[in-house]
Amino acid sequence: MNTRQNTPKFYETMSFRRKMKKSVVLLLLLLGSIVILSPVWWMISTSLKTPGEIAQYPPSFMPDSFQWSNYVKAWQTAPFTRWALNTIFITVCVVIGNVVVNSFVAYGFAKIRFRGKNLLFTLVLSTMLIPGFVMMIPQYILFSKLHWINTYLPLIVPAFFGNAFFIFLLRQFFKTIPDEMIEAAKIDGANHFQIWWKLAMPLMKPAVITVAILSFNGAWNDFLGPLLYINDEKLYTLQIGLQTFKGTVQTQWHYLMSASVLVLLPVILIFFFFQRYFIEGSNITSGTKG
Amino acid sequence: METAYESTKKRKQAAQKDIAEPVKKYRIKSLRKREELSGFLFISPWLIGFVALTLGPLLFSLYVSFTNYNITSKMDFVGTQNYHNMFFNDGLFWTSLWNTLYFVAFSVPLTTAGAILLAVLLNQKIPGIKVFRTIYYLPAVLSGVAVYLLWMQLLSPSTGLVNTALSWFGIRGPAWLFDPEWTKPALIVMKMWSVGGGMLLYLASLQGVSKAMYEAADIDGASAFRKFFHITLPMITPVIFFDIVTSLIGGFQIFQEAYVMTENGDGGPVNSLLFYNLHMWNKAFEVFDMGYASAMAWFLFVIVLGLTVINLKFGKHWVHYGGGDEK
Repeated sequence: MNTRQNTPKFYETMSFRRKMKKSVVLLLLLLGSIVILSPVWWMISTSLKTPGEIAQYPPSFMPDSFQWSNYVKAWQTAPFTRWALNTIFITVCVVIGNVVVNSFVAYGFAKIRFRGKNLLFTLVLSTMLIPGFVMMIPQYILFSKLHWINTYLPLIVPAFFGNAFFIFLLRQFFKTIPDEMIEAAKIDGANHFQIWWKLAMPLMKPAVITVAILSFNGAWNDFLGPLLYINDEKLYTLQIGLQTFKGTVQTQWHYLMSASVLVLLPVILIFFFFQRYFIEGSNITSGTKG
Repeated sequence: METAYESTKKRKQAAQKDIAEPVKKYRIKSLRKREELSGFLFISPWLIGFVALTLGPLLFSLYVSFTNYNITSKMDFVGTQNYHNMFFNDGLFWTSLWNTLYFVAFSVPLTTAGAILLAVLLNQKIPGIKVFRTIYYLPAVLSGVAVYLLWMQLLSPSTGLVNTALSWFGIRGPAWLFDPEWTKPALIVMKMWSVGGGMLLYLASLQGVSKAMYEAADIDGASAFRKFFHITLPMITPVIFFDIVTSLIGGFQIFQEAYVMTENGDGGPVNSLLFYNLHMWNKAFEVFDMGYASAMAWFLFVIVLGLTVINLKFGKHWVHYGGGDEK
């Protein structure tokens, strides 16, 4: 702009500027990636060190020798196998409940006409504004009156009564099914129940998988529920098991970190295999679809 | 496209009317009734859950907050005693409220700004951008006790990674979880690590902003800064709004981090990590003062509801609903 020449200098050209901008962004992202990934690296490397190496200063980034036995010992120090099986059981139940019930309810809100629908859907959305902690005490009282304390019922049963966020998510998806398609199925003699199960569910498989994964993560990582309702150590889940384990081994970080890696492993694996479904969920929430 | 679809729809409706006319009225009525009935059948699981697990308990806890209920024996009406004690006789109540407000006031703006910035960076056309997106999103799926344990190790004053990294720049890092001044910043740092969760939301919304607007701005010679503040930011305000509303509600729920990262929820050094919910938890499940804890729960509910209402009121002035395809 300041130059009087007709041909701009190389550093003033659009393509150079664009390249510069890209390199700066690339550099920032690379540096950021290191910051983001280093905790994960730290967890894995600490899990493979000897206690002596963990205590040394300055700390090492690579274990001198890989102590794979830390994993075996950590796992055997506490009933982790039992806790893992408990967690898998609860998680499977919660995922089934969330997928089936929320898609059922969402179909009703998306594709069936009835009086008061909009008002009721607004009510669904507004329950998302209630802080979970407000509900915790009265729900605890309710479940304790039902003698459900120290059972998995308080953790599983609510999943079969709908979740506002998942209903919202699935409704957005179901709304994209053309009404004509549903009418056609009705003319063929199908009722809503059949249309939901045989047409809408298979058609909306990505959405259903998104909900399944999100609710898997929720159930697997749930800490508050088991902490509140489960007293018997045999019935513990991995989350409160790990918390108890922290009390048992105190500051033996090699054990704490190896147990942590194992607890996180299923979540990490699912994330890498089903990444695109996480993105699907965000697209819907931010309103770029539906 | 919309209009063509609309017109065929109208034509179809007209055709249907012609056919429907001779059909006896009661048949239409019963069909409509059946539709209504199946509608309620489909939403019934939620409806039952709403009454039994949300509305009922919510009202019950309002009543409990005016009693001295302790689950086992007592349940006498005590008027506003619990609320009075809360405001005037419990210093820890104010400590816990202050700690929570401190955490919310820093973590919400920081994570929001961080997520937007990250989304803008990850919206560029750069080789390997998909890998970067995966990396930045990863911490958002990692949660629970394992992650808190990891951060206790990372923030360890002498041999932790954070202070080691700071020492390369000649900074002597604080004692983090052991120094009452630094416990809350420690949790905020931890929250910042998983900023990728919000990022994904913004990224989806950025990709919905039409390219034509940027091209028009380019022709007008607008700078990158101007484009960001005058096109990008206004276009994603609905998502910013959604993010702020939900993360405010989420921010007030902070509990697990403090519970796990201190000795079984004792509130950390000088009660610096005694968050509102932790105090409520101790009242409800350590001493079983359900009346008092319910009063605390309702006060929290009022605060959060108030903030949400303020958000909705002010949202009208800065949220721009025009871009993207609204529902």
